This record gives sequence, C-alpha cells and structure tokens, in this order.
Amino acid sequence: MDGLTDQVVVSDNPEIEQLLELLQEGLPLVERPYAELGQALGWSEGRVIETMAALAESDRVRRMGIVVKHHALGFRANAMVVWDIPDDQVDAVAEQLAAQNAVTLCYQRPRRLPDWPYNLFCMIHGRQRDQVMEKLEELVETLGLQQIPHEPLFSTRCFKQCGGRYLKRGRPMVSMPSAHAAAAAI
Amino acid sequence: MAAEIIELNEQERQLLNQYQHELPLCPNPYAEMAASCGMTEKEVIEKLRYWDEKGVLSRVGAVINHQRLGASTLAALAVPEDQLEAVADLVSGYPEVNHNYKREHRFNLWFVLAAPDQQQLDEVLEDIEARTQLPLLNLPMLKAHHLDLGFAL
Repeated sequence: MDGLTDQVVVSDNPEIEQLLELLQEGLPLVERPYAELGQALGWSEGRVIETMAALAESDRVRRMGIVVKHHALGFRANAMVVWDIPDDQVDAVAEQLAAQNAVTLCYQRPRRLPDWPYNLFCMIHGRQRDQVMEKLEELVETLGLQQIPHEPLFSTRCFKQCGGRYLKRGRPMVSMPSAHAAAAAI
Repeated sequence: MAAEIIELNEQERQLLNQYQHELPLCPNPYAEMAASCGMTEKEVIEKLRYWDEKGVLSRVGAVINHQRLGASTLAALAVPEDQLEAVADLVSGYPEVNHNYKREHRFNLWFVLAAPDQQQLDEVLEDIEARTQLPLLNLPMLKAHHLDLGFAL
C-alpha cells in the first residue's frame, strides 16, 4: 500500500504526523470533534475529515474507532495460546484460527529448539479463566486441532503496560496504560 | 487495577462493538453513532465521558500500526521464582519495553520491545541477557494473520 488517495499523501507528511499524535490522545468528546482538532492544527474541519479518511485507508493505522480497556469491562483473563504446527500446515491453520471470534491476534513466530517448539501464537480473552479455557476447547474441537500440541499461557501479573504510543521519530514513549494495547502487541 | 466492573446494557454493547472498528467521518460523528444504536448524540457523548472517567475508555481515535515503524519483538525469560520481581523490574526499566507480563510457564516473563531500528533492539536484548544471565527467547513476528485487535464484548 502506498498510502495515496485522491488528494492526501500520507507517507512522510509532517502534518499527518501531527494529526496522528492527536488521534493517539483521542478525539475530543464534543459535538464537533473534528472541528476542535482542526483548531489545534490550524486546519478546517473538512480537511481534518478528509485527511482522516486517507489515514484510515493507509497502513499507518490498524483501525480507527473506540478503543476500550477491557479490564474495566470485566475481561480479566487472557491466555496466549501457543501451537506447534507442522510448517506445511501453519498458514492454513493460522487463517482458520484468525477467523474465529474468540481469537484477537494470530501471529507466526520462529521456533527456538529445543527450548521452544511453538510456531503460532494467538490471544484469547475472557471474563474469567474458565471462560477462556472453554473458548479454547471449543476452538480445538471446531477446527479439529486435537492432535496439534498447544499450551495456554495465562498472564498472572502485569509488570509494565504502555499504550505503545510513538513519538515522531518512532521512539516508544512511556505513557497511557492500556490493557488493550498490551494484547495488541503480543 | 480498578476493582469495579462496568456493566453494559444492550445499546452500549452495540455501540462499543460496532465502533471499535469504524469512526464516522462526518462533522457530527457521535450523532451518527447514536443513530445506529438508538441513542441520542448527547447520550453517546455523556456515556463516552463517563467511560473515560471510569477507565473503560482508552480513547476514541486511532490504533497505530507499529510494525511500520522500526523494529519490534516478543521476548521471554525463564526466571527462578525468587528472582522474578527483581528481573521484572530490570526489564521494565528499559524504555524499549512496552509490555511486561508474568505468564504461567517455565518461560514466565514475557515482554514486548520496540526500537527505532534492529540494531538498537538487538543491543537491548543482549544487554538484558548479559545483566540477567538467563536464557532469553527472541521471537520476532514472522507473519500476522489477525491484526485487528477489537473483539466482541
């Protein structure tokens, strides 16, 4: 993706970076949030909306919308489920796993034998541990993965959790705790 | 950690489920959200402010695609239980570490690192290994199959 739309060039555009920084803070919770953002940037409301549409189409953002902290909504359990899938099947199984509602992320990572035999990682969230285990069992059954070695690694403590917000040069900035962002990165 | 759990009614659940993935790009976005959930614009704005106060809302905005920027990886250490606290502190002390969790496994400390480039990332990993003298797994992402991180509530 080259990040181009009809009018707005997204790549290497310092003004886009300014807008992105504001969007990581969040839209103002007022009737005309884009007008208010525009005031901060010295842009018209229309230009903010147009630029956001271009951003939404680009690879700079994963998604735009309401970002919630699931912990406060009662989602207290999460497991990183790791799978040891034959190399010639891993793409196909990963696609199937990724399509399941219970799975929020699904990444291939390298094995590190003999310590670490697993090559696929996915995240499953739930209100409690039992609910996560139920979702996992259901998933194994639905997709017929009984023969695939796997382990759920429940998180039992969080030592550090940052929103993963970046300054312009791509330096990570330590701020804004977000359970959601943590799940995102893993 | 907030002990309080915020319950959602059906309208609120619908609002959050639908708009984790989209943001109306029109002058009154909260009015459009409201219309699709049977709420008023004022109710949506007040609810979002309430959730913000209660720690439910991170923001209404964008989730950046970090993979585009610099280098990142997931790493794990197998830490003896009696050293866990100290090692976790050491790891969390690096600005390159975004998230750091205890998980139930022999490899019991899992953390995500991001740096402007691969060289800086490698240096931090080497530094952590040298300082902890513990076996470290470096598991960079090879392929993402599900980048969208919103999920049904």
